[in-house]
Amino acid sequence: MTDQLEELLRSAQTDVAAAADRRALEQLRVDLLGKKGRITGQMKQLGTLQGYERKAFGERINKVKTAVSELIEARERVLADAELAHKLAAERIDVTLPGRGHDTGGLHPITRTINRMARLFGELGFETVEGPEIEDDFHNFSALNIPELHPARAMQDTFYVMNAARVLRTHTSPVQIRTMEQRQPPIRIICPGRVYRCDSDRTHSPMFHQVEGLYVAEKVSFTDLKHDLQTFLSRFFERDVEVRLRPSFFPFTEPSAELDIKDEKGRWLELLGCGMVHPNVFEAVGIDPERYTGYAFGMGVERLAMLRHGVDDLRLFYNNDLRFLQQFK
Amino acid sequence: MKLSENWLREWVNPSAGIEEIAARLIMGGLELEIEPAVDTLPDKVVVGRIISAEKHPQADRLQVCSVDVGDGEPRQIVCGAPNARAGLHAPCALVGARLPGGMEITAAKLRGVESYGMLCSAQELALSDRSDGLLELDAGAKPGQPITDYLNLQDNILDLEITPNRGDCLSALGLARDVAALFDVNMKRPTLPPAVVVGDQRLRVDVEDPATCPTYSGRIITKINPKARTPDWMRERLRRSGLRCIHPVVDITNYVMLELGQPLHAFDREKLGSSICVRRAKPGEQITVLTGEQLTLDNGELLITDDNGPIALAGVMGGRDSGVTDATTAIFLESACFAPTAIVGTARRHKLTSDASYRYERGVDPALHRTGIDRASQLIADICGGEVHPIAQAGRTQPEPVTIRLRHARLNQLLGHTIPAKDVEALLARLGITTRNEIGDAWMARIPSHRYDLRIEVDLIEEVARLYGYDNIPGKPYLAAIAPARSAEAQRPLATARDTLAARGWQEIVSLAFAEPEMQTTLNPDDTAVPLDNPIADPLSVMRTTLWAGMIPAWLHNRQRQVSRIRLFETGVCFALDNGEVVETLRVGGLAAGSAFPEQWGQPERPTDFFDIKADVESLFGRASAEYRFEAAEHPALHPGRSARIRRGDNVVGWAGELHPRIVQELDLPEAPLVFELDWAGLANIDVPHPEALSEFPSSRRDLAVVVDEAVSAAQLVDGARAAGGPLLQKAWVFDIYRGENVGKSSKSVALGLIFNDRSRTLTVEEIDAATASITEALARDLGAVIRQ
Repeated sequence: MTDQLEELLRSAQTDVAAAADRRALEQLRVDLLGKKGRITGQMKQLGTLQGYERKAFGERINKVKTAVSELIEARERVLADAELAHKLAAERIDVTLPGRGHDTGGLHPITRTINRMARLFGELGFETVEGPEIEDDFHNFSALNIPELHPARAMQDTFYVMNAARVLRTHTSPVQIRTMEQRQPPIRIICPGRVYRCDSDRTHSPMFHQVEGLYVAEKVSFTDLKHDLQTFLSRFFERDVEVRLRPSFFPFTEPSAELDIKDEKGRWLELLGCGMVHPNVFEAVGIDPERYTGYAFGMGVERLAMLRHGVDDLRLFYNNDLRFLQQFK
Repeated sequence: MKLSENWLREWVNPSAGIEEIAARLIMGGLELEIEPAVDTLPDKVVVGRIISAEKHPQADRLQVCSVDVGDGEPRQIVCGAPNARAGLHAPCALVGARLPGGMEITAAKLRGVESYGMLCSAQELALSDRSDGLLELDAGAKPGQPITDYLNLQDNILDLEITPNRGDCLSALGLARDVAALFDVNMKRPTLPPAVVVGDQRLRVDVEDPATCPTYSGRIITKINPKARTPDWMRERLRRSGLRCIHPVVDITNYVMLELGQPLHAFDREKLGSSICVRRAKPGEQITVLTGEQLTLDNGELLITDDNGPIALAGVMGGRDSGVTDATTAIFLESACFAPTAIVGTARRHKLTSDASYRYERGVDPALHRTGIDRASQLIADICGGEVHPIAQAGRTQPEPVTIRLRHARLNQLLGHTIPAKDVEALLARLGITTRNEIGDAWMARIPSHRYDLRIEVDLIEEVARLYGYDNIPGKPYLAAIAPARSAEAQRPLATARDTLAARGWQEIVSLAFAEPEMQTTLNPDDTAVPLDNPIADPLSVMRTTLWAGMIPAWLHNRQRQVSRIRLFETGVCFALDNGEVVETLRVGGLAAGSAFPEQWGQPERPTDFFDIKADVESLFGRASAEYRFEAAEHPALHPGRSARIRRGDNVVGWAGELHPRIVQELDLPEAPLVFELDWAGLANIDVPHPEALSEFPSSRRDLAVVVDEAVSAAQLVDGARAAGGPLLQKAWVFDIYRGENVGKSSKSVALGLIFNDRSRTLTVEEIDAATASITEALARDLGAVIRQ
């Protein structure tokens, strides 16, 4: 009888190891340990035994039963692992395939640059103000100390509309005028926007963008102008930009200056115009030039964008060629 | 203005090289570039004198010349220039010379005749870009002298770009004054002896309005030698200033203008009557100017006239018929002071510019006219051998002196930097401005006549800062107390729209705001465009009324470059005329074409349709999307069955749809793009969120499938459900549409999702059934809906 049990155990070992899947293993379990299973069947022989033998045989059967159960469980784990591995392998996807849905678009480099300038000036306390693009003579010229018969008008080629009753603004300075008409100092603003000049070639576009700035308060001085522009430019270009101010002439500022920056090759590049607000401009908008002083500056957004991003052809900004634009997304 | 360095140094000669002078001028506010007078100095080129010129035995167009080059051994030179003649002085390149063009001169045989050198034209010496035969030199030129020395070619040209306020620097004298001030050195004023008056002829001169012409003076010079020649030294200086030699008298007036800054004009005395009058043009009066153009004067242009009518456009250009010619033997020489405002309009209106108008527009020293006429008279007498008559003058002799009060404290405050009083005085003195102390820490500054640009205090402050050096004024941080600007959170910045669209796959573009009128009228016939008076290019002659006007060309540009799927958007102002007034509207617009998605392995390709862009448009509504409605409506540019007018409440805020097939055909477009355009003002505002309390109780869903006629819209069904659903209905939406045999032709089955909820309790099945029933009843009654079981 013992031999029979041992035989059972041995064959169970072989059979369990050979079970190819969980169904075969389950069948084997029923076959061996089920109510009518072969090991369970051995229990019937207990009836023929007595006393010590019966007890010893019972213990042996239980041992074999436990051993077979463990064998089956172990095999079950192996099979489950294999099955999962198989399932996982079958579910594998090619994660290198592109994602589904749309591409991302992007902002135009001019928008990007204006946004960044507005943010940097915002941190310096400048509020962003906008205004109309079709202007009257007063706001675009006269209030800026540019009388009709002044040679300075020839400096700017103007687009006229409505039989010269209105102009396409040649700079965003009229926004400064409108702001000063509406508020009393202190005023600290930048005016970004489109401007128009009747000029078109490799280096001029009939429409381009400017950011002009204005700071009017008591005791604003030339030293503030120098400091604030230096601060802005160093933050814009993310390096300590060397700056020089050169005397120049604009009808709306005095003293006036051109600001040059030194590029990485040590050459001076003309970057922007600036100066102290001319008393005639204050008079035109009803601000007391004795009590208040101010500085103003104006810079071309395209120029800054070109320097920042290493673009050397102005026309790329208006061709709207996606191969160019998508490099800024 | 271009000016020779050597000429400038005759007037002021700081011990500094030209580079340093240029740097100092640039930092003094005078922009300039330096170029050499000639690119390459000619070597072994000397003054030659043709002793004899014989016809070449073998060639009709060549001459065999014997040329004296100063060493006692005349050279035989074969020359093809038609003006080669005995007695002529001309530059002669000796054997071994290398000309600027790279040509090397060797002894050669030309058609069998030996030639030992070459007689040169101005072009061959790189003095001119055209050739008029041999460069003829003065008869007094000494043979053998190197041409570099004779013509003073070791020189630089200062090419200055003078700002409109510094007309005083437009001459050797004026530039020298600023150089002297910037270097703090004295000028070397060359003595300019006045001409000796010998005759007594004069014309009567009158000025009608002294405000336009404070001074007019002129004099007659007779016995002018018509064969006189402008001397080489003057020719070279004029050349370096970019002026061509025309006639000795004209050359001398130009020379004096460059030297002193006083424009002058010479009339042929024989062509004038007996008196001169400066007056405004009468309407319709005409003049033919030097360029040959006949002008009709309708705007009261300032004229110089004689007994017979206009003889010159004052300060701009002389008349053709009164000018000097090769036959002129007597002239009337004019030297005047015109008001800039009397000149600017004229030159601009008639698109005429001249060196004179360039100066008069910026202003000419009102005290200079006398010095100018004296200097020119003397040069004419010297060079042309004329007889000088007395000056006739109308108007004042000298302008009133100007004084300006300058406060020291104001100067320091505006600059933010203290400049000591004695330094201020010294800086102003360098400019010839004398100061007198005033009470209250101020000065009265007396301005010399040539600085007519200095009229108010801040003009002087600028001058002090300029000479002190902008670089020597440090930058200092100063922050005035300015309250931060208030910004309303409810007012969304335009950047929100840009960022949203970019994140959803749209690329921003920037187009010129100009549009082609015909195309634009096709796209937007309802708005009146603002036409440009002076468009940059003919097709782009109006301002855009719709962003689509720039978007379609941008789409086509990229389509031609193999981009078939596109999503473009732009934000910007559009312009329209409304009752004669310009209305500017800030818009957001977009154009989509090609397939709905980028070509992709995992989803079927299909063309972009209305609902693709509708989702993107809706993304711009943000939290307020419930306030918006898309209604079927017709737009002249859009497909009538595939276009929607977008309303927010009662306001129309924009349009979306497919471009009308007729326009696709008219504009010859490759396919019909989908477009949208929205007024940002209508979208920008969204109230700050104030959320409702959340329900603690579960909500229930019911789905409803109804069969309706095709004409019934989804919005009608959803609105009907909302109206009938009562307060328990939280949400209703369409989640499926079915068309097919089961529902019959011209009908569709629409599946509605309904969510019911109450904040205070769990709803019973009966309540939900009752609410659903009232919805089905209403839909059946109002929209003919049949419930599908």
